[in-house]
Amino acid sequence: MSLDTATVRRVAALARIRLEEEEVARVQGELNGILGWIEQLQAVNTDGVEPMAGGTPEGIAAMPLRDDVVTDGGQAAKVLANAPDREGEYFGVPKVVE
Amino acid sequence: MHPTDFTIAGAVAALEEGIISAEELTRAHVAAIEALNPKVNALITVTAEQAVEAAKASDARRARGEAGPLEGIPLAIKDLFCTEGVQTTAGSKILEGFIPPYESTVTTQLKRDGAVFLGKANLDEFAMGSSNLTSAYGGVLNPWSRRNDPEARLVPGGSSGGSAAAVAARMVLGATGTDTGGSIRQPAAFCGIAGIKPTYGRCSRFGIVAYASSLDQAGPFARTVEDCAILLRSMAGFDPKDSTSADRPVPDFAAACGRSVKGLRIGVPREYHIDGMPAEIEKLWRQGLDWLREAGAEIVDISLPHAGYALPTYYIVAPAEASSNLARYDGVRFGLRAAEKDSDLRDLYERTRAAGFGPEVRRRIMIGTYVLSAGYYDAYYLKAQKVRALIARDFREAWSKVDAILAPATPSAAFAEGEGSDDPVQMYLNDVFTVTANLAGLPGLSVPAGLDPQGLPLGLQVLGRPFDEETVFAVGAAIERAADFKALPGMRAGA
Repeated sequence: MSLDTATVRRVAALARIRLEEEEVARVQGELNGILGWIEQLQAVNTDGVEPMAGGTPEGIAAMPLRDDVVTDGGQAAKVLANAPDREGEYFGVPKVVE
Repeated sequence: MHPTDFTIAGAVAALEEGIISAEELTRAHVAAIEALNPKVNALITVTAEQAVEAAKASDARRARGEAGPLEGIPLAIKDLFCTEGVQTTAGSKILEGFIPPYESTVTTQLKRDGAVFLGKANLDEFAMGSSNLTSAYGGVLNPWSRRNDPEARLVPGGSSGGSAAAVAARMVLGATGTDTGGSIRQPAAFCGIAGIKPTYGRCSRFGIVAYASSLDQAGPFARTVEDCAILLRSMAGFDPKDSTSADRPVPDFAAACGRSVKGLRIGVPREYHIDGMPAEIEKLWRQGLDWLREAGAEIVDISLPHAGYALPTYYIVAPAEASSNLARYDGVRFGLRAAEKDSDLRDLYERTRAAGFGPEVRRRIMIGTYVLSAGYYDAYYLKAQKVRALIARDFREAWSKVDAILAPATPSAAFAEGEGSDDPVQMYLNDVFTVTANLAGLPGLSVPAGLDPQGLPLGLQVLGRPFDEETVFAVGAAIERAADFKALPGMRAGA
């Protein structure tokens, strides 16, 4: 499966990565090179195989549950410490609502 | 003996006997970093002053009889681990100047046990790479050089290239790394040192900048197998802050290094004999099997029928998880923001991410976005998860026949900057022997075992059952004893 330029632009937009017009052809070539290479997986028979979703080796451990209680919070100053823009106890962003 | 020549086990003993103080040991390594780091570029951030203060505090604890198992040991921390109050970049421009307000669990435990941190080690951007050349903070020089071409700038491997180079050049006694597809084992092999990726879940991922969450694992680098075992014991353990961390006891890994391999069955996967493998790698592999046979192990041919599909599987699963994990870098809460005066929020996101991420990271995010997008999810992502299940099943079947597996660590010795790095897929092939362990969640150790004709180190890799790092250490230590690897890189402290 080969990506056309419209799909390359759509993927970049979904990924929220600005793509300049002059970059499209190069990125298209790179992505198609990688996708062409991973295409070989289609040759593997996976009928009836359950997908492996996590990294935990099968049969080793179940995900633990913890008590549903608040364990953290009240750290606005720390949370905001690395903000590129802030107003008081809020992150600053361009106006979203007209 | 120069203080930078100690092993960790040797330094622990020397500190205990009062032959050297933690402050002296740290100052010797600070001097080594000042002399070598301008050339090697192994550390992005050097924390010399904090390190000397920490070493003084360590000496004071020892004087009070409160010495921990790593008391006074100088380490480098891969700049992917959040360190409270110390810049953490993940090798990316998008996190330049980011000062974490919290500490990762692994580094918290190393500090608890007395370790002294000398700085934050360089890496491929967001741990995506096999050469350290994708770092926004410049490449790292491999301390080794080719006999016939000493001017060639060799890469240390990646992604944990700075960690491996710092240990090899004797700027630190050990370092932390992370391994998502081979990022500990490949640089360890390229730099002639030992490194282990433990079982998925052995170390907490809390506070480690996430790349691919179902594959990422932390692990140590050091110059001996035993030193890796000592570090791993401090790094490992259950952490309620990481729901995938394993709630099981942490064994004395160092004790396992002395275990005999007599009677162990060592598997040789037939699929690992790949086309175009250099003769010296095949030779080293055979040598490793001979060493283990001589030590009383039984060599058993095995088959991992789906191993050949591990790399393309990885390059679907890892980018998919990365595209999700890296969505957080949006120019709003932390890190870089790039915006024009009239940018709306979406334009702010898009400009920030285009300016902040390097080309390889952008590529992987886009691949991941595509394979997860509507209409392609089943064909790519779900298919890869199913092949991943088959790869894991191959290993489960192998464990009924063998106790550990021996394989090469890498398909070549360290390459030079610019060699074969233009084509992304060519670069991905570096991980051909390592990536299976990440997909199946298994422990894998890289041990330096010999030199290629150019005098560059080559590593062998030991894989083991889930949570059986002890057997992996026993086999690795047996290879280390037999190989008696004494070669040293030209660029190192005390040389």
